[in-house]
Amino acid sequence: MHIVVCIKQVPDSAQIRVHPVTNTIMRQGVPTIINPYDLFALEEALRLRDEFGGEVTVLTMGPPTAEDSLRKALTIGANRAVLLTDRFFAGSDTLATSYALAAAIRKIGSTFGAVDVVFTGKQTIDGDTAQVGPGICKRLDFLQLTYVSKVSSLDLEARTIEVERRSEGGVQVLRSNLPCLITMLEGTNQVRRGSMINALNAARAEVVKWSAQDAGVEDIQKCGLRGSPTVVKRVFAPTPRAEKAKVVEAAGQPPAEALIDEIFKLRPKLENEMFELARGF
Amino acid sequence: MIEERFDAIVVGAGMAGNAAALTMAKRGMKVLQIERGEYPGSKNVQGAILYADMLEKLVPDFREDAPLERHLVEQRFWMMDAKSHTGLHHRSDDFNEEKPNRYTIIRAQFDKWLSSRAQEAGAIVLCETTVKELVQDAYGKVIGVITDRDGGQVHADVVVLAEGVNGLLGTKAELRERPSPENVALAVKEMHFLPRETIEARFNLKGDEGVVIEAAGTISAGMTGMGFIYTNKESISLGIGCLVADFQKTGETPYGLLERFKKHPSVAPLIEGSEVKEYAGHLIPEGGYNAIPQLYGDGWVVVGDAAQLNNAMHREGSNLAMTSGRIAGEAIFQVKSRKDPMTKENLALYKKMLDDSFVIKDLKKYKDMPGLLHIQSQNFFLTYPQLVNKALQNFVRVDGTPKLEKEKTTIKSFVSARSWGGLFGDAFRFARAWR
Repeated sequence: MHIVVCIKQVPDSAQIRVHPVTNTIMRQGVPTIINPYDLFALEEALRLRDEFGGEVTVLTMGPPTAEDSLRKALTIGANRAVLLTDRFFAGSDTLATSYALAAAIRKIGSTFGAVDVVFTGKQTIDGDTAQVGPGICKRLDFLQLTYVSKVSSLDLEARTIEVERRSEGGVQVLRSNLPCLITMLEGTNQVRRGSMINALNAARAEVVKWSAQDAGVEDIQKCGLRGSPTVVKRVFAPTPRAEKAKVVEAAGQPPAEALIDEIFKLRPKLENEMFELARGF
Repeated sequence: MIEERFDAIVVGAGMAGNAAALTMAKRGMKVLQIERGEYPGSKNVQGAILYADMLEKLVPDFREDAPLERHLVEQRFWMMDAKSHTGLHHRSDDFNEEKPNRYTIIRAQFDKWLSSRAQEAGAIVLCETTVKELVQDAYGKVIGVITDRDGGQVHADVVVLAEGVNGLLGTKAELRERPSPENVALAVKEMHFLPRETIEARFNLKGDEGVVIEAAGTISAGMTGMGFIYTNKESISLGIGCLVADFQKTGETPYGLLERFKKHPSVAPLIEGSEVKEYAGHLIPEGGYNAIPQLYGDGWVVVGDAAQLNNAMHREGSNLAMTSGRIAGEAIFQVKSRKDPMTKENLALYKKMLDDSFVIKDLKKYKDMPGLLHIQSQNFFLTYPQLVNKALQNFVRVDGTPKLEKEKTTIKSFVSARSWGGLFGDAFRFARAWR
């Protein structure tokens, strides 16, 4: 079995600073980490490999320094790492990123063996869009399993996989055919610590580096800034609320009623709306 | 267990460990370096001043890409009392030379860079891996290490212990004793971020020029200790440290001292409006020559802070670390190239080469200084700073008192505080320790 795990190197949000004037994130000097959600994807992939055999390839797109994150993934236990790096990719939004990654996954399949499962994290902590996983999936024409908390079973003969998917109000148990793409939820497994031999191998491993051309990207116009229709119109830091908390005196009245009276006094329209709403029941 | 065998294992990726790993890897030795931090430098704390000469011996072209902050053009020594400081400042345009002699650095960045040089030379560096203990054979010879990763035992001909001041591994294996509270200082520091221009205006600097302030006096509350203020490009490193034994005796806290130091009227304006981004603490070996432990044995050598190699008088530590690491690497390579085993007898070469270097010579010169300053800490860190500041204030304040009377008052204040015998005794003891 061949599993590809997409990871992203992100600035450590615990140590990030926002520029006081421009409101942009100051990435310089901020340590980078593997997007924490991706680690759960990596761990789940490694568990499948350990149980069913095969290989795990980690893939990232980013500047040459993203190699650090790949090496860390190798230390945790991945078999192979591919870095997609090219100045053509600079400025990619989620559309362009998923286009490039899908091309690279096809190339990984043709170079290192057909891909059965692609894992991604639920989303990244720097973009928070949760769009790249589904974007890759659509382009590869794989089946899509998002917000997965657990892979419960896998049948390589029948080429089916069963997962638990967290949804509003419960857990869905879904069965899908392979190949598929899974986006993993956080906190769903315990990310392992690589063994000494993993760490040694990772330190020595040669990370595969592909340009857009190496990865077989067909249309360079769909990459980077040119392939990114997303426009950042304005960036702003939310201003703290000006309203202050108010102490409501409940003179002889039940406190809840005093509170409601006070709210309706401040928002007169709300009283009517609530009344209308209540009539519907 | 790892089947593969290494020529050398270096424990720790600070100045000493990186120097040793780089030296041996450059000579073609198969080196494994193990660091507990997330990356080399992530756990390392220093003021920090870098001395170019010792680094040049390792990486001659370091100025091209090493992350340096500012080259130093001015040194200020301050003797402080509660509200004043009396300073000795030296500033020279000579320090604006093509190859400056001293720089401020940020260790987290610098160590990462130095380690990358060792890795380029072929050393294998494993981070986030802690060496738990040394592996010894039936005869006590160190033959490898055990790490905290699964299957973590790995063997080598020699282990270079660059494990830092605490030296837990070496003490656990009973290669040396734990440093005593009298022989280590506890220093704490903060990084204060300020815009470049603000730092340059406050310290009278242009471009990459930098200033060092070293301060002693009542700020250490009568304990043996020092404060410092170093200028980086966009931050100020500020800290203070005192002997651990003194902290134990007085019950003072390091952060308490730091807060007082920051509020001192001579210091507060320098850091006003800054954003504190980092608080760090570190032990510093202060015992000098007399505290140096056994430096080598069967299958091991110890370098840097772990070997207590620190010149407290000149506030030099990282260059002694770097040099001891380099010399250890060279000695090991010599033993290896003669195809000799890494026995205690053969590794004595390291000690011999170190004795011939400035490292041991300098520490020997000041061997009595720690004792003097530690025993007399009240006089040197409380009484004299107060007397000197009062004397200077008396000298510069014009208030109609006849000058002769002023001089008499000053002399009287010194004599009544320390007596003639005490004053001459202190001067004599200090001169002898300095020599």
